[in-house]
Parts: sequence; C-alpha cells; structure tokens
Amino acid sequence: MNKVTKIIATSVVFGLLPFATVQASPDEDLKALQGFFEKKFPDVKDGDFINGVYAIDEKSREQWEEMEEMPPYELAVDEGKELWAKKFGNGKTYADCFKQDLADIRVAYPYHDEDKDDIMTLEGAINSCRKDNDEKPLKWKKGKLAKLSAYIAFEGRGKKIDVKVETDKAKAWYEEGKTFFYAKRGQLNMACADCHVYYSGNMIRGDLLSPTLGHTSHFPVYRSKWGSLGTLHRRYGGCNKQVRAKPFKAQSRQYKALEYFEAYMSNGLELNGPGSRK
Amino acid sequence: MRKNIRLITGAASALAIAGAVAFFSNIAIAEGDKKAASDEHKEGKALAFDRKKGNCLACHIIKGGEMAGNIAPPLMMMKARFPKKKDMKAKIVDPRITKPNTIMPPFGAHSVMSDSEIDKVVDFIYSL
Ligand code: HEC
Ligand code: HEC
Repeated sequence: MNKVTKIIATSVVFGLLPFATVQASPDEDLKALQGFFEKKFPDVKDGDFINGVYAIDEKSREQWEEMEEMPPYELAVDEGKELWAKKFGNGKTYADCFKQDLADIRVAYPYHDEDKDDIMTLEGAINSCRKDNDEKPLKWKKGKLAKLSAYIAFEGRGKKIDVKVETDKAKAWYEEGKTFFYAKRGQLNMACADCHVYYSGNMIRGDLLSPTLGHTSHFPVYRSKWGSLGTLHRRYGGCNKQVRAKPFKAQSRQYKALEYFEAYMSNGLELNGPGSRK
Repeated sequence: MRKNIRLITGAASALAIAGAVAFFSNIAIAEGDKKAASDEHKEGKALAFDRKKGNCLACHIIKGGEMAGNIAPPLMMMKARFPKKKDMKAKIVDPRITKPNTIMPPFGAHSVMSDSEIDKVVDFIYSL
C-alpha cells in the first residue's frame, strides 16, 4: 500500500485523539490514556477502574456490592478448584504444566512468546496443557475452561497487572491490538474506543459505558445477562455483534492482540477476577 | 477483497432481519391506521425508535421516546438547525460528511435503513 493512503487511513482513525499520536511508544500511550481517564473521571479513586461501570456510577454500585456479598461466581470457583486438582489420564494435573505458584499464574498472562511470536493467554495455556497431556481441548468461551480460569483468577487476586511489550515482535502485536481498538467496524461503524474511551461515562440507551481501563482485570465474568460465566473473548464477540460486525473466534489472532493491548493499558491496576456484571 | 465479502454478507443478513422487522411493523401500522389515520409521522417515529432500525434513542433524546441515551444532542427544533431538510437528511444518510470520526452510524451509506425508510424518519425528526 502506498504511504499516502496509509497516512489518510490512520488520521481518520486517530484524527481526534489528542493522546494517540501515530509514533507513540506503548509506554507513552499508556500514560496518555490513563491521564485522559483521570481527567475524565476525577472522582474515581486510585485503582478503582477495575470495577467497570460501578467505579463511575454510585447507584448501581450499591446493588452490585450487595450482589458481591453472595457472589454469583462462587460455585464456579469451587468447580474450577476441583477441575484443577483432577488428574489427567496420565496421572498428571494442571499444576504440572505451570511453573509458577498458583497465586502467580493469572498475573503472568497475557504475554508475548518471542520464539513462537504469539500472544499467550491464560485460557490458551490451559488448553495447551491439556493437549500436552493428551486431553481434549475445552470450549473457549464458557463452561469448564471459564471455571478453571475463574479459580486461577481468584487465587491470583490482588497482584498488579504488569504486561510487557519489549521486543519489536511484541510491539507489532501491541500495534495490531491498538489498531483494532481504534478502528471503526461493522454495519454501524463503531470502534471500541467510541464506546469505551470517548463516550465512556455516557449512556447508550439504557447502558452506561465503561472505560477501557480495567477491562481485563476481572475476567472471567459472571454476567446476569448470560446467566453464566464467560471469558474475555466471549465479551469481545458480544461487543462486535452489537455493532453488527462479524465476531472473530475466541483466541483468534485479532482477539489475542486486543487482549494484549487492553491488558497493557490496565498496567498497574489490581487483578480482581472473577467478577460479576449486569 | 475478503473484507468486501464480509461486509456484504454482514449487510445482507442485517437486511434480512431488517426485512422481517419491517414486515411485522407494517402490519402493525396498517392496523393502527384504521384506528388513527391522523398521525402522519407514526411510521417515521416507529422506525426512529426501533432498536433494529434507527435506534436514534440510543444516543439522542427525542420527544415521546423513553430510556434515551445521552451521547448526542437532543433532536429538537430541527428546522432551526437545518433550514434545508435535505441537509438534515444528508447527515442521517452519512454523518461523516460533517464529522468524519463520529460515533453516529451511516444509516444510508451502510444500508441500515432504505432510502424510503430514511425519508420517513427525516419527516418525523424534521417535525420536532
Ligand atoms: C456500541 C457500543 C459499544 C462498542 C462499539 C463496544 N462496546 Fe464493549 N461494551 C458496551 C456496553 C454497553 C457494555 C456493558 C457496560 C460496560 O461495562 O461498559 C460493554 C462491555 C464491555 C466489556 C466488559 C466490561 C466489564 O467491566 O466487564 C469489555 C471488556 C468490552 N466491552 C470491550 C469492548 C471492546 C474490546 C470493543 C471493541 C471490539 C467494544 N467493547 C466495543 C458497548 C460497546
Ligand atoms: C451511536 C450514537 C448515535 C445514534 C444511534 C444516532 N446518532 Fe445522531 N448524532 C450522534 C452524535 C454524537 C451527534 C453529534 C456529532 C455529529 O454531528 O456527528 C449526532 C448528530 C445528529 C444530528 C445533527 C444534530 C445537529 O444539531 O447538528 C442529527 C440530525 C442526528 N444526529 C440524527 C439522528 C437520527 C435521526 C438518528 C437515528 C436514525 C441518529 N441520529 C442516531 C450520535 C448518534
């Protein structure tokens, strides 16, 4: 593609973004975006963005806090714990696949694997573990995989998100996720950033829009709308469908890049999964 | 190339759904007409409020609509804003003409509604 069209395309996407200059490093993007949200929501206390819309809406926060006293994901965490301990056909367990202590697993993902040049997600690592032990992979968006993820998230609560983008290859994944996030898509022609940056804090019909900061901190999530637990990529698919775009598959290249970008933007925030949402 | 195909299939299936919705709402309107033939903007209003069509309420406050979002300016006194009706229509067909990065969907340019549906919405909005 020639340079001129490329520049035009980018300036349409980033045109109104004071902070997302084309040449910015991930670190500059991070500072600019976090600064943007601090200004936009001056009342949100340090670190509270992990609570999504409840960080910016007192009324629904009260109901949510009541719900969290008897968390709807509690049973799923227990089931995840059983699954985690259950032996594979060969006598091994998940614990044999992960080199970290249980409490350090959640915070280790997502990361860029330089040799494979791929983004490793927690869900991806769980299914790789099964494959390495001759077990069938689990479905990506809900069910057993989400329960295992919930248990690992629960045990890993309180650690701070610390995603690294250090090499050129990692930077390319980051850029891919960033471009996806700011690009218009679907018949309704909306970007993630339209709803979760520019108009976050506004109502779209009956729904308050959350800031992207903290989006990855609390997954998997129990959503009352789903009536079950779902992974981050399940949610991504739902948000693509809302704008009548064809969703990508869970763990597709596109969603891994998106997770890498969104998680990087939440660096410094605490992990608080699993979560519950409307 | 790939992208185009995807866009077209997306649009086609959306149109299929849209078609079904239009079909049902036409019946409703035909029956409504017998009762109250006087309300000339009824169809345009229904299209503007329908979540599968205009869904203008997602972002705009409009008189007579409930649970409106607050992303965009209220749609009122449109004659003062747009002395020429066709300018307002152009904005709804493709809002990017005045604001390239707008969140507002290009209702005509992306075939969210047909031209005649947009005309009905325009007549309704322009009456506010
Ligand atoms: C048309 C508006 C719209 C667009 C575009 C959109 N979303 Fe959403 N999104 C919502 C709404 C509404 C919710 C539910 C309320 C909330 O938490 O923001 C939501 C929720 C989410 C959540 C869960 C937040 C939480 O606290 O659990 C994530 C993650 C998310 N969106 C990511 C994305 C990504 C990534 C994209 C782009 C691929 C995107 N969204 C595009 C409207 C949108
Ligand atoms: C997802 C959000 C969204 C939806 C849905 C939406 N709009 Fe908008 N609309 C906006 C925003 C934001 C603006 C102001 C910025 C701009 O000019 O694009 C706007 C501006 C307008 C304007 C120009 C107002 C002025 O005073 O300049 C008109 C007219 C309008 N919209 C009509 C409609 C109609 C009719 C529908 C439904 C068929 C609709 N909009 C649906 C977001 C939306």
